[in-house]
Amino acid sequence: MSLQVENLRVYYQTLRGDVKALDGATFTIEDREIMGLAGESGCGKTTLGHSLIRLTAPLRYVEGRVILDGAELPIADMARMDEFRMKRISIIPQYAMNALNPTRKIGTMTQELIRSRRMEAETSPEELRRRLDLVRLPHDVLNMYPIELSGGMKQRMVMVLSTLLNPSLLIADEITSALDVATQKAVAEMLVEFRDRGIVKSMIVITHDVSILYQVADSILVMYAGQLAEKASTETIIRSPRHPYTKMLVSSLPTVGVRYAEHKLAGIPGTTPLLLDPPQGCRFRDRCPVAFRKCVEVPPFLELAKGHWVACWKEFGSHA
Amino acid sequence: MKTAKGSEFLFFALRNPKLRVGLTVVLFFLGLSLIGPLLTHNAPFDYVNPAGADPPSSEYWFGTTTFGQDVFAQFVEGLRATFLVGLIGGGLGTLIGVIVGFTAGYRGGLVDEALNMLTNIVLVIPTLAVLLIITAYLEVRGVLIESIFIGLTAWPWTARAIRAQTFSLRSREFVDLARLSGMKSSKIVFTEIAPNMMSYLLLAFILQFGGATLIAATLDFIGLGPTTGISLGLMMNNAVLWGALYLGMWWWFVPPGLAITTIVGALYVTNVGLDEVFNPKLREM
Amino acid sequence: MRRYFGRKFLIYGLTFLLAVTIDWLIPRFMPGDPIANMLSRAALNADAAQVLYTYYTHAFRLDLPIWQQYLNFWNALFHGDLGISTYLFPTPVVRVLLRAVPYDIALLLPAILLSWLAGNRFGAFAARTKWLDNTVLPLGYILTATPYMWLGILLAWVLGIVLGLFPIAGAYSFDLSPHLSWRFLSDVVWHWFLPFASLFLVQFGGWAIGMRNMIIYELEADYSHYLEALGSPRRLVRNYAFRNALLPQLSGLALQLGVIVAGALVTEVVFSYPGIGYLLLSAIQNQDYFLVQGCFLFIIIGVLVANFAIDIVYVLVDPRTRKGMTGEKA
Repeated sequence: MSLQVENLRVYYQTLRGDVKALDGATFTIEDREIMGLAGESGCGKTTLGHSLIRLTAPLRYVEGRVILDGAELPIADMARMDEFRMKRISIIPQYAMNALNPTRKIGTMTQELIRSRRMEAETSPEELRRRLDLVRLPHDVLNMYPIELSGGMKQRMVMVLSTLLNPSLLIADEITSALDVATQKAVAEMLVEFRDRGIVKSMIVITHDVSILYQVADSILVMYAGQLAEKASTETIIRSPRHPYTKMLVSSLPTVGVRYAEHKLAGIPGTTPLLLDPPQGCRFRDRCPVAFRKCVEVPPFLELAKGHWVACWKEFGSHA
Repeated sequence: MKTAKGSEFLFFALRNPKLRVGLTVVLFFLGLSLIGPLLTHNAPFDYVNPAGADPPSSEYWFGTTTFGQDVFAQFVEGLRATFLVGLIGGGLGTLIGVIVGFTAGYRGGLVDEALNMLTNIVLVIPTLAVLLIITAYLEVRGVLIESIFIGLTAWPWTARAIRAQTFSLRSREFVDLARLSGMKSSKIVFTEIAPNMMSYLLLAFILQFGGATLIAATLDFIGLGPTTGISLGLMMNNAVLWGALYLGMWWWFVPPGLAITTIVGALYVTNVGLDEVFNPKLREM
Repeated sequence: MRRYFGRKFLIYGLTFLLAVTIDWLIPRFMPGDPIANMLSRAALNADAAQVLYTYYTHAFRLDLPIWQQYLNFWNALFHGDLGISTYLFPTPVVRVLLRAVPYDIALLLPAILLSWLAGNRFGAFAARTKWLDNTVLPLGYILTATPYMWLGILLAWVLGIVLGLFPIAGAYSFDLSPHLSWRFLSDVVWHWFLPFASLFLVQFGGWAIGMRNMIIYELEADYSHYLEALGSPRRLVRNYAFRNALLPQLSGLALQLGVIVAGALVTEVVFSYPGIGYLLLSAIQNQDYFLVQGCFLFIIIGVLVANFAIDIVYVLVDPRTRKGMTGEKA
């Protein structure tokens, strides 16, 4: 599988104007790659995830192309996207705990979904049961109502449902945020297993928790205020990041075994800019310790080394 | 913070079409009820037309009744009675509903259970039947009595809504903060909770106003309204009683009913508009 | 689930108690003296009237102390004895009421069921497109804001008098007496149609608006978004939203019963339709204690039974109440 995103711009419509939530995203994902998408709240990562699969009001498509496995995704057209949904691209949403119809038995709902999509040939009851085994859910859940399941069980059910038709690309949106640490590990491992077994080819794992990404992701894409900051392999991002924001993000993570009796935990001073009327140029420059006059222009997202992309004038000098 | 919200509401309020249309209609009828009686020199019960029943003309804008009474004069007087009942009955219903609902929601526990049971009981009992019997007992009835009784039986809807809202507000963080900082209970109620309830109070009152108007019209129609004076329901009652249907005197029974329908409808539309103003999620792009 | 029904029974029990007490209490304070009223029709001389007065007072047990009258009332209630009507003397109240009940059921049951079903379907339909929404919504608001009696009057005038299509008084033609035949049945339906229509239309508007609002809410719920993200056809999403939106509409129906009863009452008055509402009014105007009590009682029982029926249906259709996870939050 391969994913190419070219200059994707998606804004939020509000009564006060457009919020420039995703302003020019360009990147690629290779086959079998699990890419983490990290950043603060409001940086645009969920917008990016949703734009790929369900771009509807209040989201507004502005420009850009998305090419999945060589075919262009008609992301701006809700109706035409149906062909791709669940089959080629799928999502485990942030609200997975509420994603199941409360008045329908889970098995019935699954059946009705498959039948209404005329996908009976693509999957089978046996396959469904195998998937339930994979996430360690009893087959009984098919006869239960969502209200009878715990939060974790509902999430795993959604994982099964979203991947039932073996999509090429799976978007996992903050699926560990509401879980305890032990369950987080279990879920993260399940994701990797899905990829390893070939159930899904590639994944975008959206989270604000970088430590999870360190466990499961092959590469990490860091976003800030609607723009891409840096993309590289997980090792590179954690050990040798180049973008000032990434550096500060990684260094603000507490390290196990270190006591902070002497000095306070370093954060990043300042706040993210409002995206209704974002600042010109690099949006991080107000908080950046190394910002200089060139930063009033938007830095391009360029390949610094093989597979390592950065959007920072400092890295490329004033000539890009 | 509150002033910012206030002016934001005003901004949307003035632009919301439903609110504007609904409010205009209601205000129009209100104005009519106030200045209407000044527009005609006939009193509602004067026998002004020796010819008896006449269709609308330039002299009698809404025609005359079987007895030669000016329908327009009756109409505008009836409008006044309608607004009065709506105001008092609706106001009383809102007041009781707010007190019951808020106490139940804020106190919780046994108080809540008891008040809840009371609310449910009053809800289930068909209140018109009770009102019928009560008002039949009173020999002399005025608009005030009618309004009070309506208010006393129509409050459960408001109580439920206010209780639900109180519940959700009570567990909000800013209330907890206020409590932790040692603010007195009554102060919390007035400074933290009340401003957030204002919008619900307004919505509840509008609905109660409409409801009270309808109930009053029904009571008047059956002949159990105020014993003196005229009202829109009473006009319809008289019309039917004196064969207006068979004699085709549409000008006698169409205006009163049309007025009630229009006013209540406008109130509902205003309500929806207000809801959109207060609840940003409902606003259309 | 036991908790759910337990609470319901408690509320209904208390309501019944309170209602019966009100029922017994209020007519006691009605102006005028029912026995004297009744006797005045008989045109007797003064002595005979006095004797009969004492006799009837004793027979109706109005000379007993108040609390004893109250207990006697309950006692009689459980024996199915609601006294003898003074207005329609000497018919027992129960007989009078039972004659009227079929007309009410014939009027209310179809009106409530059909308006609820049709109104909900229509409201869901309206939520599909903008222009449909813009036409259905105002219509719904107008209908639900219309007072029942005015719509009745309008229908009676336009369809009954101007166009002469339907009769506007009574349950059947005066020259017929109730018997089983096509002629009688069709005559009854012909008389039934206008009162039914006015009850139906007003409620229809209310349900349509309610459902339209509910379904918009459901279509914005997380499960709807998830289905869309999985490429589900619109049909399935709408189906689920509709079914889920019906649940609050169902509990709404239970809450509306009091209003609907009031509407039926005035509609019967407009069309002189011999239901319990019409009977109640006549009883009040004629100061017939027992008939008033009886009517009120029947209305209460009817409403409670209907409430209970709706509760049962609700449990059947909402799995959440069955699984006992929701305590009944009023």
